[in-house]
Amino acid sequence: MKKGLKKYSLFSLVRNALSYHQHWQEAWRSPEPKKAYDIVIIGAGGHGLATAYYLAKEHGITNVVVLEKGWLGGGNTGRNTTIIRSNYLWDESAHLYEHSLKLFEGLSQELNFNIMFSQRGVINLSHNLHDLRELSRRVNANRLNGIDSEILTTEQVKALVPIINTSPRSRYPVLGASLQRRGGVARHDAVAWGFARGADARGVDIIQNCEVTGIRRNGAKVEGVETSRGFIKANKVGVVTAGHSSVLAAMAGLRLPIQSYPLQALVSEPIKPVLHTVVMSSTVHVYVSQSDRGELVIGAGMDAFQSYAQRGSFAVIEHQTGALLELFPIFSRLRMMRQWGGIVDVSPDASPIVSKTPIKGLYLNCGWGTGGFKATPGSGWVFAYTIARDQPHRLNEPFNLERFTTGRLIDEHGAAAVAH
Amino acid sequence: MLLIKCPWCGERDAHEFSYGGEAHITRPENPDKLSDEQWADYLFMQKNAMGPFLERWVHAHGCRRWFNVRRDTVTHEITAVYKMGDRPPERTA
Repeated sequence: MKKGLKKYSLFSLVRNALSYHQHWQEAWRSPEPKKAYDIVIIGAGGHGLATAYYLAKEHGITNVVVLEKGWLGGGNTGRNTTIIRSNYLWDESAHLYEHSLKLFEGLSQELNFNIMFSQRGVINLSHNLHDLRELSRRVNANRLNGIDSEILTTEQVKALVPIINTSPRSRYPVLGASLQRRGGVARHDAVAWGFARGADARGVDIIQNCEVTGIRRNGAKVEGVETSRGFIKANKVGVVTAGHSSVLAAMAGLRLPIQSYPLQALVSEPIKPVLHTVVMSSTVHVYVSQSDRGELVIGAGMDAFQSYAQRGSFAVIEHQTGALLELFPIFSRLRMMRQWGGIVDVSPDASPIVSKTPIKGLYLNCGWGTGGFKATPGSGWVFAYTIARDQPHRLNEPFNLERFTTGRLIDEHGAAAVAH
Repeated sequence: MLLIKCPWCGERDAHEFSYGGEAHITRPENPDKLSDEQWADYLFMQKNAMGPFLERWVHAHGCRRWFNVRRDTVTHEITAVYKMGDRPPERTA
């Protein structure tokens, strides 16, 4: 940590308590944007901030600005259901998400910021014979890739999650599950805040309320970005804007293999601890965990039609609460407190694009679709590498934009432990 | 709730319909002569417009016929419904 950043510790807590918490240092500055930077990152969500952080930390590039049209972490970073796991089927995905999970494991200490990472385990349920076969295939694939993954019987599921309905007479009986014990949840806002604080401490400028309105290029080379606060010159521009990736790419004259859809989540009123793991089911399609505040955090599928409105259809909520009650009849009297939507960027193979583009100096990090939060540190890490060295790391090399031309897709659509 | 006016059945709830994505993507006339780039463009590249967007719907739980819609992807307002093969109507606004 540099530049006079005060470390958070028990002593700093005591010291600040003595002055009634009136003198805490700002977690990051809000500087005026300079006229030129080495690198512009568009989008101060978790992925963009992680990119800036690792550019500074791993590559020593600190003349970097992160531009955000709204507020920091206010997009999908603050709208997901905070689930972290790496039990993906294909080697390419498994390596990338496992790298991310490993970074998560040391992140609170590294950032000196409590991201509340809780490795409480992620359970993926099976409800029919096909599910069971796919599950054992995926568990075996995970193990071959060195990722912890195990198969649970119905009784073992019941032991871990006593409130789950395992009646053989239910319409979609629980026949078994996979468990990744190292999976879990983290406080999503804290991940963004921690990376922002870490990047800022290393000299990165974070500019909120600054919308990019154009990408200026000279032929096939990037020159900088037009923003609501004037032109900012840069030879390298990284676009990390999730659901709005197509809009930004269009500014540079590119079309992407991306479709934007709303994905909803909701939380219940807080209750005493009843659910100690993350439970996901792709067959009845719901996933749920209990936050440290006691609220159930519930998610499921996205809306069926393309949209940039950060809200979803009621029918989707109806479907996912129906699925929730099939699994957990005990929740039937719970009231829901909040519901919201985010815009997810879905690629044809349900795998991300972390890549160079046909335009020199323009880099793309998108296509994380409905499952980007778990990848936040890993995504930033490989994207920083790609921008700094102008070539992909071996971890993100398969996730290039050319794969849609070569046909070398990474088809995670059915393969990922879905509820992707 | 999204109300969609099927040209044959009238206004119905969106959940009677299935979504067909971007409209007016025409299958290449000479598929044998296409380069990989042209195939990628046809198969995968999307407008994904923010704002007015031309898209296809099928009345899956009704008359099962396809048609085109112009819908704003930010407000969800539908400003035109027209049949397959027709050109999008001129914008009035």
